[in-house]
Amino acid sequence: MHSLPRAAHLPIEYSTEDGSLRIFGFWVFLVTDMLLFSCFFATFAVLYRHTGTGPKPSAIYDVRGYTAETIILLTSSFTSGIATYFMRRDNKSGLVTWLVITIVLGLSFIGLEVSEFVSDAVTGATLQRSAFLSSFFTLVGTHGCHVSFGIIWMTCLLIQISKQGITPVIARKVFITGLYWHFLDVVWVFLFSVVYLIGGMY
Amino acid sequence: MIYGADVSIVLVTIAILFVLTYYKKWGWLWREWLTTVDHKKIGIMYLIAAILMLFRGGVDALLMRTQLIQPNMHFLKAQHYNEIFTTHGTLMILFMAMPFIFAVFNVAVPLQIGARDVAFPYLNAISFWLFFFAAMLLNLSFVIGGSPDAGWMSYPPLSDLPFDMGPGENYYILALQITGIGSIATGINFFVTILKMRAPGMTLMRLPLFCWSVLGACILIIVAFPALTAALALLLIDRIAGGHFFTMLAGGNPMMYINLFWVWGHPEVYIVVLPAFGVFSEVVATFSRKRIFGYTSMVASIMVITVISYLVWAHHFFTMGAGPGVNSFFAVASMIIAIPTGVKVFTWLFTMYAGRVRVPAPMLWTLGFIPNFAIGGATGVMLAAAPADYQYHNSYFLIAHFHQVLIGGTVYGMIAGMYYWWPKMFGHRLNERLAKHAFWWFNIGFYVCFMPQYFLGYMGMTRRIFTYSPGMGWATWNLISSIGAYMMGIGFILIAADIIYSAFYGERDTTGDIWDGRTLEWSLPSPAPHYNFAVIPQVNDRDAWWESKQQRLEGKEVTALQYKSPLRPIHMPKSSGRPFVLSVCFFVAGFGLVFNWYILGILGFLGVGLCLILRSFEFDTDYYIPIDEVQHTEKAYGRLLHGEQ
Repeated sequence: MHSLPRAAHLPIEYSTEDGSLRIFGFWVFLVTDMLLFSCFFATFAVLYRHTGTGPKPSAIYDVRGYTAETIILLTSSFTSGIATYFMRRDNKSGLVTWLVITIVLGLSFIGLEVSEFVSDAVTGATLQRSAFLSSFFTLVGTHGCHVSFGIIWMTCLLIQISKQGITPVIARKVFITGLYWHFLDVVWVFLFSVVYLIGGMY
Repeated sequence: MIYGADVSIVLVTIAILFVLTYYKKWGWLWREWLTTVDHKKIGIMYLIAAILMLFRGGVDALLMRTQLIQPNMHFLKAQHYNEIFTTHGTLMILFMAMPFIFAVFNVAVPLQIGARDVAFPYLNAISFWLFFFAAMLLNLSFVIGGSPDAGWMSYPPLSDLPFDMGPGENYYILALQITGIGSIATGINFFVTILKMRAPGMTLMRLPLFCWSVLGACILIIVAFPALTAALALLLIDRIAGGHFFTMLAGGNPMMYINLFWVWGHPEVYIVVLPAFGVFSEVVATFSRKRIFGYTSMVASIMVITVISYLVWAHHFFTMGAGPGVNSFFAVASMIIAIPTGVKVFTWLFTMYAGRVRVPAPMLWTLGFIPNFAIGGATGVMLAAAPADYQYHNSYFLIAHFHQVLIGGTVYGMIAGMYYWWPKMFGHRLNERLAKHAFWWFNIGFYVCFMPQYFLGYMGMTRRIFTYSPGMGWATWNLISSIGAYMMGIGFILIAADIIYSAFYGERDTTGDIWDGRTLEWSLPSPAPHYNFAVIPQVNDRDAWWESKQQRLEGKEVTALQYKSPLRPIHMPKSSGRPFVLSVCFFVAGFGLVFNWYILGILGFLGVGLCLILRSFEFDTDYYIPIDEVQHTEKAYGRLLHGEQ
């Protein structure tokens, strides 16, 4: 355990040894999470033509829906970057504002995804229908669970920021949620390409 | 017999509860152990759990060997036999080998690198308790609802719902999932610890070889365990949510599970064997009183094994129709891995060559390991030859091979490590006489048990059969094999007896350096104070402690490892009960899902979420040990501080 002050030229989240240790640890965690997603992607790639008696991918994909989701999520990654920018300039209201915007974008992403899932289920395209649908809902749903978790996490952080302001510990937490959020964005780029574009061609 | 076991489990539990209450030890247990974040105590708890699970897995093995002792035995029913071989494999790999390696990680790594704790002590406690409650969940299957019975790898469609109703498989999936989360956290924790927490001057090429092997194992945990998480999650979705990943209907593909499983499963065998190699490296150098031969090639071979072990998984299903191209690739990769392993064996031999070799218990197990691994390695290369594998696949030849390498490698290594670091953990050493008896019973029994199984494999006996007819000609070899298994059982009992005997009569370690060791952990008193190092040492060489001892012998002023710099208050993490509570919540959630009681499952997960949120809102997580207290403790150990008034 270290909390000795480090060189002043470092950003606030790296200003303690404990902070930089935890940020490094989180990067390693992201490696494991990436591999988890890789396994689900591989499963989808093997199974997306295995539709059984169920619908093909192209029959259930809603182009406008997933395009909107993509734009919203990519924007939210940008806004979470702006939040970090304000954090490093010790601007509490800027940080709070942009975190709230990020959370709202995340919520609207989840809302669109849930409505997409519900409309699929209503037409009988459920997880129990075929191997393709199982892999589709698992892969996209896992990403959705991650996003929801990130929203809860950022909400907890908002409460802490409002109480404590921007300290090295809070800054480290904000930075790590930012890493997590960007990571989900990267995963979505692959989801968009593999699940929706390549899958949608079948 | 099952009822007998149930009754004995209940009686033992009641006895433990009674003893704790009678001696008023509940508070002590909670404060000192259940809430601890001290890596040394967590290591000891891992060790105790691993030995208990070794006992349980060993009893499973003896039950199976008793069933096979002669043709047409009626000792176990077929269903019991299925359950017992499944839990034997699962327990031994995930609930014996894994905690055993984590025990030595925790006991040795921070001390060897000159750190006060692991990078994330709180996470370390969570890892332990997740493992512990997952082990309890799997063992509970024996009492409530029925054990898993689809083999330790649980291949679908055999493990899918239509072919395997009942909760047994659910127990398997959820217990592995929960312990897997803990293992990933441990992998991340020790990876970061070794890369970021080394004492000043300890470059990577001055890192003790045990830590190098832990680093390799952690890299493998990080890259391999997510595949297990994925495979189990998909199987669970198939079983409790009606998914079609691996079913025979609606487009499912069972082969997908088998691939995902072995993407984890093959690296897993190197995860458990690499730390054993690390222990052997430390033990051989210490007891030959020589610097390890070929340090650089040892490091290189660890890293080469780490990489190649990720490229061999398909050799587990050569016979499942992958085609010649795929089989050739994986056959060659599987054979190549023997080369770095051979390099390691030769460097141990060259270290002993012209060394002043002593043979106490840790060295004895190391020496016992070498012929084992040579035979196991050779039969491994035979299995890696894809065309020949069509002959041995899933036969007793395979059983003999992997027991030879897993017991001969991991178990021998971990027992060697246990004997080696026992004084550091408990402040006394284990009895040599009992240790020698235990070794010879175990080692001879090991050959008597597994050598006949190679022949049985050639004679066509396949794995997982619960009985056979007299006309097969397998009876004699099976009888010999079972006798060997009982001899190993006696060896285990002698080890347990040694542990109990030495707790009372074992030779006390007053120096802290009972083996005349080479690495930093031997520069500390035994057992080490909870902050480990009063002053973080400065490292100038490999085998830093040995070098400083040499300098002292030569009358030079010792530059490193002295209390040169003034004492500072020591920053330590606070104990916390939350890792325990969080893991209980995981246990509740898992238990709910096993029986499809979704309300209980949801309550458990809400508890997990609540624990995470409470931690997020906790800022008062650590404290400082004042200088006075450090001085007081160090004086009690008889260690005078440099420049003290």
